[in-house]
Amino acid sequence: MSMVEEAQVLPVKSEVSKRQARPSSRARIIFSKLAHTPRFWVGAVTLAVIVLWSLFGLAGYTYNAVGLDVMAMNTAPTAAHWFGTDQIGADLYAQTIVGLRKSLIIGFVVGPVSALLAGFIGALAGYLGGVWDRIIVWFIDLLLVLPALYILIMLYPLIKGGSWVIVMVYLAVFSWMILARVIRAQTSSLRDRDFVKAARFMGVKTSTIIRRHIIPNVSSLLIIDATLGVGAAILTETTLSYFGFGVQPPDVSLGTLLSSGTGAATTRPWLFVFPAAILVITVLATSLAGDALRDAVDPTSGANRD
Amino acid sequence: MIGFIIKRFINYFVLTAIATLLAYVLASSALNPAARYLGRNPQPAPEVINSILDGLGVNPHVPVLERLWTWLSNLVMHGSLGMTVDNQQVTAVIAARAGVSLRLLIIGSIIGALLGVAFGVWGAVKQYRLSDQLVSYASFTVGATPTFVIGVILMILATGLNGITGHQLINFSGEYTAGLQGSFLVMFGDRLNHLILPTITLSLTAAAGYSRYQRSAMLDVLSADYIRTARSKGMSRNRALVKHGVRIALIPMSTYFAYSFALLLTGATVVELVFSWHGMGEYLVSSVQQNDINGVAGSVLFASILVLIAGTLSEVVYAALDPRVRV
Amino acid sequence: MTETMIVPGTHPQGVTPVLEVENLSVTFPQSGADVRAVRGISYHVNPGEFLGIVGESGSGKSVSSMAVMGLLPSSAKITGSIRFQGQSLLERSDGELSRIRGKGLSMIFQDPLSALTPVYTVGHQIAEGLLLHDKKLSTRAAALRAVELLKIVGIPSPERRAEAFPHEFSGGMRQRAMIAIAIANDPKLIIADEPTTALDVTIQAQILEVMQQAKEMTGAAVVLITHDLGVVAGNADRIAVMYAGKLVETGGVDQVFHEPAMPYTIGLLRSMPSMASTEARLVPLEGRPPSLAALPPGCPFAPRCPIAIDDCRKAEPALVAQPGDPFHSAACIRSAEISDGTLERADVFPRPQPVAAGIPVENAGAEVLSVNELVRHFPLMKGSVFKRQIGVVRAVDGVSFDLGAGQTLGLVGESGCGKSTTIMEVLELTKPQHGGIRVNGIDVAQLSKRDRLKMRKDIQVVFQDPMASIDPRLPIHDVIAEPLTVHGVSRKEQQRKVSQMMELVGLDPEMASRYPHEFSGGQRQRIGIARALVTAPKILVLDEPVSALDVSIQAGVINLLADLQQQLGLSYLFVAHDLAVVHHIADHVAVMYLGRIVELGASDDVFNRPRHPYTQALISAVPIPDPTLERSRRRVLLEGDLPSPTDEIPGCNFRSRCPLYTLLPENLQQRCKDEDPSLRALEGISVACHHAEHDVLISTGTEGQCR
Ligand code: SF4
Ligand code: SF4
Repeated sequence: MSMVEEAQVLPVKSEVSKRQARPSSRARIIFSKLAHTPRFWVGAVTLAVIVLWSLFGLAGYTYNAVGLDVMAMNTAPTAAHWFGTDQIGADLYAQTIVGLRKSLIIGFVVGPVSALLAGFIGALAGYLGGVWDRIIVWFIDLLLVLPALYILIMLYPLIKGGSWVIVMVYLAVFSWMILARVIRAQTSSLRDRDFVKAARFMGVKTSTIIRRHIIPNVSSLLIIDATLGVGAAILTETTLSYFGFGVQPPDVSLGTLLSSGTGAATTRPWLFVFPAAILVITVLATSLAGDALRDAVDPTSGANRD
Repeated sequence: MIGFIIKRFINYFVLTAIATLLAYVLASSALNPAARYLGRNPQPAPEVINSILDGLGVNPHVPVLERLWTWLSNLVMHGSLGMTVDNQQVTAVIAARAGVSLRLLIIGSIIGALLGVAFGVWGAVKQYRLSDQLVSYASFTVGATPTFVIGVILMILATGLNGITGHQLINFSGEYTAGLQGSFLVMFGDRLNHLILPTITLSLTAAAGYSRYQRSAMLDVLSADYIRTARSKGMSRNRALVKHGVRIALIPMSTYFAYSFALLLTGATVVELVFSWHGMGEYLVSSVQQNDINGVAGSVLFASILVLIAGTLSEVVYAALDPRVRV
Repeated sequence: MTETMIVPGTHPQGVTPVLEVENLSVTFPQSGADVRAVRGISYHVNPGEFLGIVGESGSGKSVSSMAVMGLLPSSAKITGSIRFQGQSLLERSDGELSRIRGKGLSMIFQDPLSALTPVYTVGHQIAEGLLLHDKKLSTRAAALRAVELLKIVGIPSPERRAEAFPHEFSGGMRQRAMIAIAIANDPKLIIADEPTTALDVTIQAQILEVMQQAKEMTGAAVVLITHDLGVVAGNADRIAVMYAGKLVETGGVDQVFHEPAMPYTIGLLRSMPSMASTEARLVPLEGRPPSLAALPPGCPFAPRCPIAIDDCRKAEPALVAQPGDPFHSAACIRSAEISDGTLERADVFPRPQPVAAGIPVENAGAEVLSVNELVRHFPLMKGSVFKRQIGVVRAVDGVSFDLGAGQTLGLVGESGCGKSTTIMEVLELTKPQHGGIRVNGIDVAQLSKRDRLKMRKDIQVVFQDPMASIDPRLPIHDVIAEPLTVHGVSRKEQQRKVSQMMELVGLDPEMASRYPHEFSGGQRQRIGIARALVTAPKILVLDEPVSALDVSIQAGVINLLADLQQQLGLSYLFVAHDLAVVHHIADHVAVMYLGRIVELGASDDVFNRPRHPYTQALISAVPIPDPTLERSRRRVLLEGDLPSPTDEIPGCNFRSRCPLYTLLPENLQQRCKDEDPSLRALEGISVACHHAEHDVLISTGTEGQCR
């Protein structure tokens, strides 16, 4: 790896000296790297298709999520009921799409929000250093002792009877900790970098340093983890809802759908398999895209190292 | 080295102790122990409810810190965690259930870690080859599948298998077949049989995470100078990778183990619920559903102790693996 | 040209070379264009010979030797032939090569920090190499032999140290352990890839000495790969110079150094600042090596070659023997003209004329920066939960110096001596732990917040690593303008100043909207200098400003700094570990050891007649790129490593390593033990040694004091 780098001498610049600079060239490098990663395309395209599908998938479809087709109870997938129906004749396709919408909203809100939270707290700890750093890290460690799921389950009485929005809030509040530690480590190593020192010696204000030098340099991490966080949030939400601690009926999410489908999973597998497959594909897409993003941003990845 | 571990232990101890106390406070303010009685028919008189709650030490009229103090002093003085809403000692319930969870956790985490490490190393050494791609996609897929879905899918598959063979080849409901009589061997075999699916479920989830992490730890090591040194001494690439590479790539894994233990606990809880095992995770869930504060506190304490042990264990492993911390 | 492509070098009859490399090429496939790291090189090494391969980063020197070892990544495409003791190495499997590696052929790597596995003891790692090649050897015998080897390479109390882990070793000791591994099986050839680059000069001198001994003991041939011509001057028999993946000149060490026939070699030799001469200006070697992914036809050096003619760009010149000396070859179509004197070497790369001085410095020499008894101690903490202080690191322990207007003060010393901490303390512009700092006569401890901000205009800094000191995400206009943003300069004025500064440091102002990664190392350092100058400061603090740059780039930056000083009347506080650079640029020099200044005086005085034993050792450790001088030089070698900065050392803190101390009679030694020497005046300079008058070291010489 170092070998290749040593051998790679930058091209002579004089020929291109007259060309004007393009917008952030680092972003360009990352994009061109991403473009060559099949995993990224698989993830991003799948995700886009799923989002579009959840938006328009019900257009032109005969049934909706609440109506019951009493003529067709317990049917396996047919031309009319694409994913089949359950024992009271509810259309599973329509329900899946409605559940998917909710899960997607939860994922796309919780992922970025918790990444922001993590970025703020982590950067603060890392840049302040000293006692503040130790207090914040200790607090993070404290939150990490018990599984987040346990805490969320204990909070169930507060969710019960409430709207699914509360679930979303709780999810965001309890899923930023590990990322915050990563951001903190990154920030405190940035703090010792010469360009931050240089800015300090020029007399640049702390807030300006954080805004101009620290945040842009950890932003790629935040973007990656916001992406990965989408999948993680969907997973936690479905697990909670599956056991009845998350989204409460009459709201539907993929978790509640799977929950009601489990009982019949061995006899009428469509009730379980379809929503489960959609769920897995959605989460898989976000983690493929996120992982490809990480590879593209991390300068040490992607080299042939052996 | 002993000093190092003791210090880490104390650190963990303080953390878990505070976390447990906070969880107690959280549970006692979130749960409504009276709800259980209010729904009864005929509804007991408020005084009756009050006295029952007082007896349990969970009356919301008593300030929460005072209740915490009572709970704590009972624990320290009498080794008691109070009574459940069904008038059982919480400690007795824990004693009956702990083994169930531990069996699952220990076997699951060992198999999961071994598989994860093996696949991670394999993937890193074969980076970007087909086998690495397969392992990667498999671990991503498992990682994207909620544990309960894995469990249910395994159940569907096992039912199919049982149906095809016409035998009850794999049992997966509960931790043993109720009412089964027979020699020790039969009973043992039955329990083992019931272990199969839950263990697979838990180890699969664990292995997916470990393998991703191990792969990247191993990738960092692959390009390390000391591998080159070992090869320049006359060691073949594979031997150098195993003796000098894997050995070092395991060091960050010990830290990761501590971090991922919470995930493992979550996974075990889900597995218990899916396969109707009466373990500690299931106990936490049913206690929450029954508004049983003492039960919740007891199961949280149990989880905290496991976290404490896992954390200390990972420090021990870390110190054993890395001479740089043994100062 | 009758002789084509001869294998250069002496070729005694009947002797098979240990290593013969023929037409070796290494290509790394990359998306886009393949990187042709090595392009058809041929050389050989005779038994017991010492070959130096010299080249800058990216020249392919390391890649070619990794190819010999068979340690390149599998993606590399290798063609040509490599024969070790007559047997071909290239088509062999990893298993077969493993039997040769470490036994016949061994290697020493650059970075001793990462080259040893951190989790095994040093003894184990040496024994491992023995056991791999001798299946009959018992583990115990191997361990004993490992201890013996550690002793050979000069590690004190080897029995105990064999049980230690690499992190318990200092850099120099680790490199000794690496040598022990390399010589464990009495190899026929040792390849050393930049073995001393990561080390301080006094340690470098020790390691080179150990390598020579190891070579004599084992009778092995040595290939030493380096970027530093000085390192090979005194040791090598033959030299091969690489440029852009090709050998461009080979020959005996004297021929290559004294009569170089290839313009690149000439430029390299002339651009190096040397301890032996202090010309006013260095000869810059402009430009940079071509991209190995897109090589233009013709001589790869043509874009930088001052004597390039049209023919140079037509075909790449082959390496051909020089008329009159079959063992000296060069790859240049004009090398005959250079050899026969038609083209004077000095004219190929003429020394640039000094620039005219700008406005004369007002009150030249008046004190602009004064540091008095500066102290910076760091508490050394231990424990994770209950931190407690277990000691004090005396990073800076009472340092005083003055910097005059328009002058340069060089602060030199090895890593850990406290020179960087000193300047960081100065740059904080706050009250130090102890002592005082005055800038332009104003005590910085008394400054108000606003005044301090104002003062920052006057004192700016240039960092060592231009990669690290510039935010990669800002276009360079914003980088250079950053100091102005603090002082409320208008956007328009900022732009004007930035253009002006870029012009001043030799950058095209049109490039202002580009991003740092589009610039080369040398250009980036110019950006760093432009940023420092944009507020029109009086004092510039330069923290190792050229040590991260390639040799051929250094000269340009040093010249630029000298010119700027002339034009703008700047004062420099110049921190460096490279004595040759400091000797070249500084008016005054302060030598630091363990947080103290041990010698301070005018640069010429200190360098020509060092008085402190440490300075003497330091100066004599710097290799000179001249084989004749280098061989005749007497060395003052230091023993051991820097003591831990937490140690409380009574008396003189240099005592544990002082070569003079060991020579002193006991009654004089007593004073070193009892009394901490402070700086005292001695014939125009200041020196912190009780016995600096005793010139025994230089006059009698204590050559080869290293075991
Ligand atoms: S061949 Fe031409 S360009 Fe190349 S070094 Fe010789 S004179 Fe210069
Ligand atoms: S005072 Fe003594 S020990 Fe110190 S440098 Fe002088 S001679 Fe050496």
